[in-house]
Amino acid sequence: MTLGLINANPVVHAKKERVARTEDLHGDDAVDPLEIYDILLSVDIRDPEHPYSLEQLSVLSEESITVDDKLGRILITFTPTVQHCSMATVIGLCLRVKLKHYFPPHYKVDIKVSPGSHANEESVNKQLNDKERVAAALENPNLRQLVDECLYSNEL
Amino acid sequence: MEFVDGRFELREIQKLEGHTDRVWSLAWNPATGVDGIPSVFASCSGDKTVRIWEQSSSTSSSWLCKAVLEDTHTRTVRSCSWSPSGKLLATASFDATTAIWENVGGDFECISTLEGHENEVKSISWNASGSLLATCSRDKTVWIWEVQVGSEFDCVAVLTGHTQDVKMVQWHPTMDILFSCSYDNTIKVWADDGEDEWSCIQTLGEPNNGHSSTVWALSFDASGDKMVTCSDDLTLKIWGTDSTMQPADTDGFAPWRHLYTISGYHDRTIFSVHWSREGIIASGAADDAIRIFVENEEKDGLVDGPLYKLLLKEEKAHDMDINSVQWSPGEKRLLASASDDGTIKMWELASVSC
Repeated sequence: MTLGLINANPVVHAKKERVARTEDLHGDDAVDPLEIYDILLSVDIRDPEHPYSLEQLSVLSEESITVDDKLGRILITFTPTVQHCSMATVIGLCLRVKLKHYFPPHYKVDIKVSPGSHANEESVNKQLNDKERVAAALENPNLRQLVDECLYSNEL
Repeated sequence: MEFVDGRFELREIQKLEGHTDRVWSLAWNPATGVDGIPSVFASCSGDKTVRIWEQSSSTSSSWLCKAVLEDTHTRTVRSCSWSPSGKLLATASFDATTAIWENVGGDFECISTLEGHENEVKSISWNASGSLLATCSRDKTVWIWEVQVGSEFDCVAVLTGHTQDVKMVQWHPTMDILFSCSYDNTIKVWADDGEDEWSCIQTLGEPNNGHSSTVWALSFDASGDKMVTCSDDLTLKIWGTDSTMQPADTDGFAPWRHLYTISGYHDRTIFSVHWSREGIIASGAADDAIRIFVENEEKDGLVDGPLYKLLLKEEKAHDMDINSVQWSPGEKRLLASASDDGTIKMWELASVSC
């Protein structure tokens, strides 16, 4: 690719030490935010621009996931590395695809960029939560490939 | 109306399975379900197919899948619509095309494919006479097609004006006036000047007490004097026009105005709304619930009492988002719903026996 990087020098944070979690994810009905965090990091979603994980770039943290078990709602708030990050929608798509397979279908997932973290916050949020546009994007071969690369880059 | 005192319930009569992905939309064949003809409807899905379902007999409570229309659309089939005669079915797909199917003795043949939109086609609608077809797309345009002899469809207008993708198009039930609603939060009204020049004659947006987020669907009451719209802003809005002022041409077009906002019921995006001939409004949403609203005739003497009231709420009507709710054209109060859970459910609105 000849395009320059949008954020050539990202701040890289250390990966947190984590106690291995052994309990069955579907063992009980309650969903733990940390469980979701582990799922999202377990496949090491990559920022499309950098060989670092979303955790290392502080795109995601444990605090960015909230769960309302009673209502079956999951809210993920991520922080793009720069305010004009054009990859924000792709990262959001990746998070959605990743989570889809892990939870009972009645769970509703909302994905947003954290307040003030993106120049087009409102429009990015609207697009990420319009399920028709999400469905169409995932049927688009180019976008699908990009998402798959982000999700599975560590397996290449 | 009898809804004032009666207690009602939505009784599930059948759950139809067959689609292997989310069901986006369904449409009843308007020429069925009356005069002893078993009712027929079409459903379409993320599995790229369209299914045709037929009632076992005109009095039966069971529908069977009679045909699967596949290998034509290469992506999600987003919506479907029958011509007024019930002979043709139009299907809109994310593959940027619209297919026209003809029912030939129970077999459905694809007789035409309409191409032109740059990307996903999201909705289609036939006008009352079946001479015009409208389509809309993420490319922000609305196209009007004229039905020619020999299964030809000519594009007669490309309407631009929406600033974002257009979610749905719907012709007025009696006049050749077209309505579209969009991700740009507005509803636009389109008419021709009598010389086949189509233009936008009204925009209903936030300044007109309109919606503050994506408008997903719209539906007219039986007279065509009122319209209901539903939105990602979690409200339903009722709009009205003065039919006594409705002349044949558009010069004296009676503008639509906001009458009432139904809010505080759904707590996730409302994807579908449908007004029955009897005046019953059904809505389906991402909160997995179906709600039924009727005009409020007992306002307790309050001038400013609510114009519409909730008749009932069916929580967990489906396991996932509800994408489409449609009243049947027949005598019975039948409502079909389509969901992300891959199923279609048939409901009967019935009074609760004491």
